[in-house]
Amino acid sequence: MKLTIALFGITREIVGSPQLELTVPAGQSVQELLAELHQSFPALGQLRSLAVAVNNEYAQPGTQLQERDEIALIPPVSGG
Amino acid sequence: MLIQLTDQPIDVAAVLQAVQADGAGAVNAFIGTIRNRSTGRRVVRLHYEAYDQMAVHQLRKVAEQAVERWPMLQEVAIVHRKGTLEIGDVAVAVAVSTPHRAESFAACQYIIDTLKEVVPIWKKEEYEDGTVWVAAHP
Repeated sequence: MKLTIALFGITREIVGSPQLELTVPAGQSVQELLAELHQSFPALGQLRSLAVAVNNEYAQPGTQLQERDEIALIPPVSGG
Repeated sequence: MLIQLTDQPIDVAAVLQAVQADGAGAVNAFIGTIRNRSTGRRVVRLHYEAYDQMAVHQLRKVAEQAVERWPMLQEVAIVHRKGTLEIGDVAVAVAVSTPHRAESFAACQYIIDTLKEVVPIWKKEEYEDGTVWVAAHP
């Protein structure tokens, strides 16, 4: 299945693009997606934290992704 | 309930107006502003970026959690700025109204503290000699 991942802040700069398109096996979990991204972009591993948002909510590592999900990487937030 | 993410200057008077309620004996507000120093460096300006749709959704959730925790809350307003901000600009305004003052302080603090932990907004500090995404690295 094809996933589109929105990127913000420092993750956008690390990847060098505001979004990333990936083809992954059906049923891939959040944890597996993160492992794959860490391998492709080792600088992600230096961040204080890296969460995944699915449809505007923080996702658990075991959450299975669907092709139509709105997915985003969430580096450490610093609003306020 | 007023929940807003904006690239325009925040009108603090309008935020206070939004929490006016006949049952309120207290209005409490937190105004976050841009400081000229950070970790010993002189800050020139700040750049805020947001995941708009999720940020608004999470701001609303924080407000709803506050209402659950303090059912006496009359009104809640949260307005966050994005884009490029100069020293002294208002980055965020939170206001709540309650019958009595104690809950107004507690609810207002809960909202700003939780916002800083969960809402997908990022700031990049610009110094005279470079930029840094705040809190990105350990």
